[in-house]
Amino acid sequence: MKNLLNLIYKYHFFLLFILLEGIATSMGIRYNLYQKAGFVAFTENISAFFNESISSFSDYFNLVETNRKLSLENTILKNQLQRVYRSDELFFFGENDTLHRQKYFFTSARVISNTVTRMHNYLSLDKGSDQGIQPEMGVVCSEGIVGVTNGVTRNYTSVLSVINLNFHVSAKLKKNNYFGTISWDGSDYRTVILNEIPYHVNVAKGDTIVTSGYSAIFPEGIPVGTVEEASVENGSFYRIKVKLFTDFRHLTYVDVIRNLQKEEQKKLQSHD
Amino acid sequence: MINSLLRYIFAFILIILVQVLILDNIQFSRYAVPFLYILFLLILPFETPGWLLLILAFVLGLTVDLFEHTYGIHTAATVFAAWLRPGVLKLFSPRDGYMSNTRPSISDYGLGWFLKYSATIIFAHHFFLFYFEVFSFHHFFSTLWRVIVSSAFTLLLVVLSQFFVHKPRTE
Repeated sequence: MKNLLNLIYKYHFFLLFILLEGIATSMGIRYNLYQKAGFVAFTENISAFFNESISSFSDYFNLVETNRKLSLENTILKNQLQRVYRSDELFFFGENDTLHRQKYFFTSARVISNTVTRMHNYLSLDKGSDQGIQPEMGVVCSEGIVGVTNGVTRNYTSVLSVINLNFHVSAKLKKNNYFGTISWDGSDYRTVILNEIPYHVNVAKGDTIVTSGYSAIFPEGIPVGTVEEASVENGSFYRIKVKLFTDFRHLTYVDVIRNLQKEEQKKLQSHD
Repeated sequence: MINSLLRYIFAFILIILVQVLILDNIQFSRYAVPFLYILFLLILPFETPGWLLLILAFVLGLTVDLFEHTYGIHTAATVFAAWLRPGVLKLFSPRDGYMSNTRPSISDYGLGWFLKYSATIIFAHHFFLFYFEVFSFHHFFSTLWRVIVSSAFTLLLVVLSQFFVHKPRTE
């Protein structure tokens, strides 16, 4: 017993190192393998407090750009309204409307922190469960796709960005509906990779990629980007480099999409 | 004693704040991401016992992880760097060893010694950190390039920070 204690005392530096390093690496590995929404929610509260104060300051620098985008979006929305009024359709339905079956509900939120230089990039938003946001909701901006919510506290949300190694979403070629999976390879925050498009499909530079709507998170047709480069890899599939529409360096306002029929869709899809 | 303890607590808070409030919000480039917080590990006194070094590194890394949403990655890298520190100090020790009442700083041991000492630890820390973050050797050379550029950037900031520290005594 005394020898054992002596041994522990002699090598305590190394043993403590192994212990602490073990704790840290197992945390890191778990983080790399799957997202820990619970832990995210816990730490989000702490860091969101600091980030919000920085963000409220840095928002001033983006005012010009934000105004331009908002006015552009206004124009598009007004155009849509015009069309709607002319066709005598109702445009806004209630959330629990069983008659018209409104499927998606948008909530606007402000980005209070954002990274683009890491391998696992996240955003934080200033809305949370009190405003109806839950984990696994799609996030978009006026240009295109942004990410998926993963940790939610009462007033804040953390969003898994498209430019995160753990992000995957189903997307398709707009012109012929062939679909594949979008993921990020960690090289450039302006481009993502579209895989699983069979090589007999005609893919040209400049083709538009949109979400497929298969996942119950994003509606169909949310813009993702345009084809920048397509190369055939491993025989039968393309590896398509997609230039994102969303500029992740200038995100200020985003929309969180709530799928009102998500449970129903998931229940059905879980049977196969 | 109490005085110097307070000084290290103050340094800890200041370094964390600079890291998460300033450096994490300035995105210079994908390749140059400075992690100045490792400075805290570098400036700890020579006499710091090993166990305390490891525990402080663990707390330091965990605090940064908390702010960066990267659970465990910074902690693992910082504990690794702390484990290397006694060996690195021994490797670069002057002929008569380290004098008591001195600290690992430019003012006590000169720029050359400080560069060797901090560059080794910063490189080891960044190497561990970036490869653990990518979690594969798939992009080996692009990651290595990020390690080198970021280490150089951190080293520059660490050396600059030495000139901001008030020198209380010289005797």
